[in-house]
Amino acid sequence: MYQYDEYDQRLVDERVEQFRDQVRRRLSGELSEDEFKPLRLMNGLYLQLHAYMLRVAIPYGTLSSAQMRTLATLARRWDRGYGHFTTRQNIQYNWPKLEDVPDMLAELAKVGMHAIQTSGNCIRNVTADHFAGVARDEIEDPRIWAEIIRQWSTLHPEFSFLPRKFKIAITGSPNDRAAVKVHDIGLRMLRNADGDVGFEVIVGGGQGRTPFIGETIRAFLPKQHLLSYLEAILRVYNQYGRRDNSFKARIKILVNALGAAEFARQVEAEWAHLRDGALTLPAAEVDRIAAQFAPPVLPPVAEPIPAFDMARLTDPAFGRWARTNLFAHKVPGYASVLISLKPVGGVPGDATADQMDALADLADRYSQGEIRVTHGQNLVLPSVGKAHLPDLWQQLTALGLAEANIGLVSDIIACPGLDYCALANARSIPIAQRISQRFADIGRQHDIGELQLKISGCINACGHHHVGHIGILGVDKKGEEFYQITLGGKAEEDAALGKIVGPAFSYDAVVDAVETIVDTYLVERRSGERFIDTYRRTGLAPFRARLYGETIDAAA
Amino acid sequence: MPLLERGRLIDDDWTDVADDLPVPARGRLILPLARWLSDHAPGPQPGRSLGVRLPGDRPTEVDRLVGRFDGLDLIAIRFAGFRDGRGFSMARLLRERHGFAGILRAEGPLLPDQLRFLQRCGFDAVALPEVARLADWQRFLREISVVYQPAADAAATVLAYRHGARAVA
Repeated sequence: MYQYDEYDQRLVDERVEQFRDQVRRRLSGELSEDEFKPLRLMNGLYLQLHAYMLRVAIPYGTLSSAQMRTLATLARRWDRGYGHFTTRQNIQYNWPKLEDVPDMLAELAKVGMHAIQTSGNCIRNVTADHFAGVARDEIEDPRIWAEIIRQWSTLHPEFSFLPRKFKIAITGSPNDRAAVKVHDIGLRMLRNADGDVGFEVIVGGGQGRTPFIGETIRAFLPKQHLLSYLEAILRVYNQYGRRDNSFKARIKILVNALGAAEFARQVEAEWAHLRDGALTLPAAEVDRIAAQFAPPVLPPVAEPIPAFDMARLTDPAFGRWARTNLFAHKVPGYASVLISLKPVGGVPGDATADQMDALADLADRYSQGEIRVTHGQNLVLPSVGKAHLPDLWQQLTALGLAEANIGLVSDIIACPGLDYCALANARSIPIAQRISQRFADIGRQHDIGELQLKISGCINACGHHHVGHIGILGVDKKGEEFYQITLGGKAEEDAALGKIVGPAFSYDAVVDAVETIVDTYLVERRSGERFIDTYRRTGLAPFRARLYGETIDAAA
Repeated sequence: MPLLERGRLIDDDWTDVADDLPVPARGRLILPLARWLSDHAPGPQPGRSLGVRLPGDRPTEVDRLVGRFDGLDLIAIRFAGFRDGRGFSMARLLRERHGFAGILRAEGPLLPDQLRFLQRCGFDAVALPEVARLADWQRFLREISVVYQPAADAAATVLAYRHGARAVA
């Protein structure tokens, strides 16, 4: 993992003191709320429906056990005993007091964390594959470059007042687990014909009210040019992105208006001036950062591993968990363990302070002290010896963290919705809770198989409903909460946007509708088909017929 | 209006010359861009400094000025609002790509915490709002001492500290 050096540390320390002074001046009345607002937003502090919300950056979703304990401390000491892991691999605290926030940031700074650029129209926290560095299918660890981007983008003097927020995601694997095609910039590492590693550069993806799948503007960018190329993209966007309407200000609108080819031409023209300039990183710096992401020293263990296989065969609950919650590790005899933050009836992504502390202990004992946050709002212990899995599972079970539902219908992504968010039209969390209760039978969930369900409480799409196999969007109909359902969305390398299935459902009817959709799939599916496969074969028709009866197509 | 120029607070003695008035023989004068670009633009003269103003929401205007820096002592960029960051790119292009070496001044409803960014992008003067508290502005120059990325200023980046000046030359 990357360790701050004295310069990284000095910056976050200075930032804490700067914000402490700003809060002091706000509390004394020296600063008005209008004057204070842009300052607090630069430090991830929002004013929500009921309270302030502090969003803490977890760069590329990688945490040490010490950092996790600090997150627990924040939850316990300054919040209500829990935190909420987000779809951008960050954590949010929903109930901090303004006067406490400087102390919270100071506590974070002690473990090399901060809330810089977790809001505002700037380059936000860079996200990456949560299996970075350990995935069997990986070309290179993308976190090296995510950290390089983190540093380059931190307090960038030119790009701190962009037309709109700007999100970059990066994957080091051909199997995209970072949703790079629905980010402002998506970077996918690949090897060219000469065997060199570089990036496919994808621009203009995004969700919100105008969703787009990103377009490739450069098929192969040699690694050493990454920062100059990013600077060229950002400079074109900063100058020519729309600023007259915040709903049309994301880069996707500019790319779509110009066309990807013309946008690429402008970027290349800008880049011609910047390439091989001051942004070309010296090899010594790349090596310095890469060395800190050196893979953990794990002696390979010959498979099969009897303790693991025996437990799978003799304990059906463990077997179920092993089927959904493990991921192939590049070292034989190890697995990456997904820890579900989606218990039946729970709030997706929430973890209590006690759970965070316990997970930090488990990470120390079983996974070299490392933890990851997924954009699916779950956690990962990246490198666990398979012989230890039965023990680990027992302990996770005791903590209420052994739900065997990763990738299944109750592994729901949901935004905070109207329970917290000032922008929301409808509640998201209770819908997620009711759906997970409806499908509480874990055997039934395993029979249904892989199914991504994503819920947003408004058109801003923080719950990623556009790319859910089943997407649910909360809308306001004359003051009442309604839910529009889309089918067929997908966030991975074969990304697609969901299609609206038909008229929206009421708060009371939406869970029945989801169950009807699942039942329709079970009737329609052919052997081996996942939900998304069946949908791609049949289209909307059978789902519409079951949901709305015969009348819908005649009426539409 | 107070003017923070190269770190010092001074009275702003630059005055605007309207389109239809003759250009005075002396003083610090800001001309409309069209007049500067016209065939009969005023030339250099002892005791007279000339500048132009670019709207901060029209980045293409920078290109019109390229090649017309001779005798131009100041370029003012008027930001449309503190959220409109186009002027930061315009400034860097004027400094780093086109080599403008005169005074680059930021105007408009800017915030104190933007001063450091303005300076890093090549501005060396800022017209402060009438009610500005100078201490609020200068505070932001001191508070953060670390810079990660190269820009139009001479600030040493962390790379220079980590790997020595040669690494970033």
